[in-house]
Amino acid sequence: MKSEALSHIRICDFTGQLAGAGATRWLAAFGAEVIRIEDPIRHGRWDILRGSPPFKDERRGIEFGSGFQNHNVEKLGITLNLRTERGHELLEELVKISDVVSENFAAGVLERMGLGWDRLVELKPDIIYVSNCGFGQTGPYGTFKSWGPIAQAVSGVTHQSGLPGEPPAGWGFSHLDHTGGYYMAIAILMALVHKERTGEGQWVDMSCTEAGASLHGADLLDWSVNGRSMRAEGRPDSNRSTSPEMAPHGVYRCRGEDNWVAIAVRDDREWGELKAEMGGYADSAGLTDSRFDSLAGRMAAVDELDAKLTEWTRERNRFEVAAGLEARGVPASPVLRPAERIDGDIATSRWGLWPMVEHAAMGGVRVDGQPVHLSKTDWSIEEASPTLGQHNDYVYGKLLGLSEDEIADLKAQRVI
Amino acid sequence: MDHLSQVELPVVKPTAPPIDGPGPLNGIRVVELAHEFTAFAGRLLADGGADVILVEPPEGAAQRNHGPFAEDQPGPERSLSWWAENRSKRSVVADLATADGRQLVADLIASADVVLESTEAGYLADLGLDYDQTSATNADLIHVAITPFGRDGVGGTHDHTDLTILARGGPMWSNGYDDHELAPMRGRGNQGIRTACHFAVMSTLTALLARGRHGGQFVDVSMVAANNVTTEFASYGWLSAQETVQRQTGRHATPRPSEPTQVLCGDGRYLNTGVPPRTGKEFTALLQWLKDLGIDEEFELTALLEMGTEYESISLSMLAEDPLAGEVFGAGREALAFIAANVSAHEVFVGLQQRGIAAGVIWSPDEMMTDPHFQERGFPVEVYHEELGRSVLYPGAPIRFTGSPMRAPVAAPRLGAHTDQIRDELASK
Repeated sequence: MKSEALSHIRICDFTGQLAGAGATRWLAAFGAEVIRIEDPIRHGRWDILRGSPPFKDERRGIEFGSGFQNHNVEKLGITLNLRTERGHELLEELVKISDVVSENFAAGVLERMGLGWDRLVELKPDIIYVSNCGFGQTGPYGTFKSWGPIAQAVSGVTHQSGLPGEPPAGWGFSHLDHTGGYYMAIAILMALVHKERTGEGQWVDMSCTEAGASLHGADLLDWSVNGRSMRAEGRPDSNRSTSPEMAPHGVYRCRGEDNWVAIAVRDDREWGELKAEMGGYADSAGLTDSRFDSLAGRMAAVDELDAKLTEWTRERNRFEVAAGLEARGVPASPVLRPAERIDGDIATSRWGLWPMVEHAAMGGVRVDGQPVHLSKTDWSIEEASPTLGQHNDYVYGKLLGLSEDEIADLKAQRVI
Repeated sequence: MDHLSQVELPVVKPTAPPIDGPGPLNGIRVVELAHEFTAFAGRLLADGGADVILVEPPEGAAQRNHGPFAEDQPGPERSLSWWAENRSKRSVVADLATADGRQLVADLIASADVVLESTEAGYLADLGLDYDQTSATNADLIHVAITPFGRDGVGGTHDHTDLTILARGGPMWSNGYDDHELAPMRGRGNQGIRTACHFAVMSTLTALLARGRHGGQFVDVSMVAANNVTTEFASYGWLSAQETVQRQTGRHATPRPSEPTQVLCGDGRYLNTGVPPRTGKEFTALLQWLKDLGIDEEFELTALLEMGTEYESISLSMLAEDPLAGEVFGAGREALAFIAANVSAHEVFVGLQQRGIAAGVIWSPDEMMTDPHFQERGFPVEVYHEELGRSVLYPGAPIRFTGSPMRAPVAAPRLGAHTDQIRDELASK
């Protein structure tokens, strides 16, 4: 059943890729009518994910990009050629019946298309307009290009992942495209809450780098309060934990190829449990030494502890190590591969985290679900992403009231 | 600032939207049972203007003991972790072991729009504070639980941390180095917890928007699930094509190895190069830049770059078919690395972007805070701390609302600072 949480909301949506499409993906899963606008002349290729790998069954083309398919479930798709005057008129009609206009173009693009904030407000006085770009709409870098890895770099997120003496490891995916999308969704939702209470719309300037810059927590204050830069010898050493202090705390090699287990010992009790789980090895490796009984003692010997713990884990099965420790209340988990967490983890399967949708071109495909359940208006993901112009008849006919002949005419003139 | 280049930067527009409002959530009351798993969600709601009231035990929330500490002096009012994630909130002390404490929290929840908590299943029911109980008197209540596996705990216990959630949830598999003798990495900053908090905030706002038609409801957030759907094509590559990504240094994990994207610059910092140069325009710009720096004669592939200026654009299919195109493309990457080695990371970042080539300087968090762009936008803001007798810089609001600006942050509350105030407020209702 379709979610009714946001079924009263209509979004005129220019977003794409992940940083934008990820935001309206949430709204669509909760029942908002999200109308994605794509360019018929370039076959929607502004969103590079439309035709990008990975591909199901090796089939290629603008209807086969798995990323596009994943990020646009439950949305409507229309085509509209904004180079034409008629296209512009139709867009303005659509704005008039929408609650939100959303986009993640480079700064200023929508304004140059004649649809800046001033014009949007003329069309619909209580419109909410949320723009999302790498660096925000103002400031010295306002025109700079960005995508996930660039926003991660400049905001300090990339630097914070890595080992001492090695280059930054960063994140092996566009963490800030996901997260930028979450902030954009929050921006839209907060603006909707404000509108519900006051009747007022507004323009919201979202910047993925500012979203990323909000994620540093205590590390940033350690600089502004204590004068300690994260660019210092021995930092960031990010598998260790200094906030809060924990030791041992790391990712340890296990039996087999590229198999690892994450273990976090939060306190002295858990240290005792870890030693108990290690049995005779703890004693023979000298881990029962009283200097390790306190957190301060363990923090002072993290390298030694990590080496000795690795000796214990390296010939063991990662699932068994984690299960044994978790049963004792010690945080531990195998580092799961995609197949293991998607097809082999009850935590995701029982949650219903990978819903199957039927795509017009790709056939049946599983996609990301939502990691929440709302007791009354839960999400629903049943409809696949739209093929190019799939919902033209519905949007131009039912919503904007055009006749079949008028729609046929628009198609003939390549307006839609 | 020795990490900043002296390049003149035009300001695109004069001012960013301010951070000085009561916020879009002004008047919304959130009761947060203080916990490190909920703290950041509460902070974002507080930034948005909500009245977020932390409920703490008499000895204070555990997170108050998390280092590092202000001026390296430990103490419950000096935890920087606490400061960062509990700014702009109020604090009330309630001893849940006593009837008085339970009544206080029950009264607070009865007055609230939202409850945020991360407790183990059954804990709140024993106190008479579970959603089924509190919703009987407050039908509009939105109760949000953020736990490792969701309230039913299918798949694991409550004993998890940021590290183990990132391992179980998937992001860690993608992060690390080309050398797989080195362990998969987590990024610092408790990002696995933050990801779950982002979903908690989205859920809270969604439930607020549904409330007029559906009343309040229970929101169950699984931290492991939240990370599972925050892995980009690690997940959908498996879902659609049964491909398994492999981690690589500083770039996307991919099913098949890809070219490095991080370049070491003249000042020892790194640059993320994004998509390498491939248009004639870009090759022309690189060539000119080498000349401007006076290093074009030292660069050994200048002739190839000159050929590059003749291409409109080098496409992927050309790379596969035309060996010369491959060499020219390679020369573009080399030129970029050569320039980078001769100037600072900031200079090459700004220089590339001004020439229309996407790239990003890899700042540490503190370097970001002193960057002219963030400063010009008013992102770093001063927050006064009684404990220090001075103001210190905080990251400002993450979202710029022009009509209902977010709040400027104020210092996290001292333990129980608002207990009397809140008791008075409840009594006067």
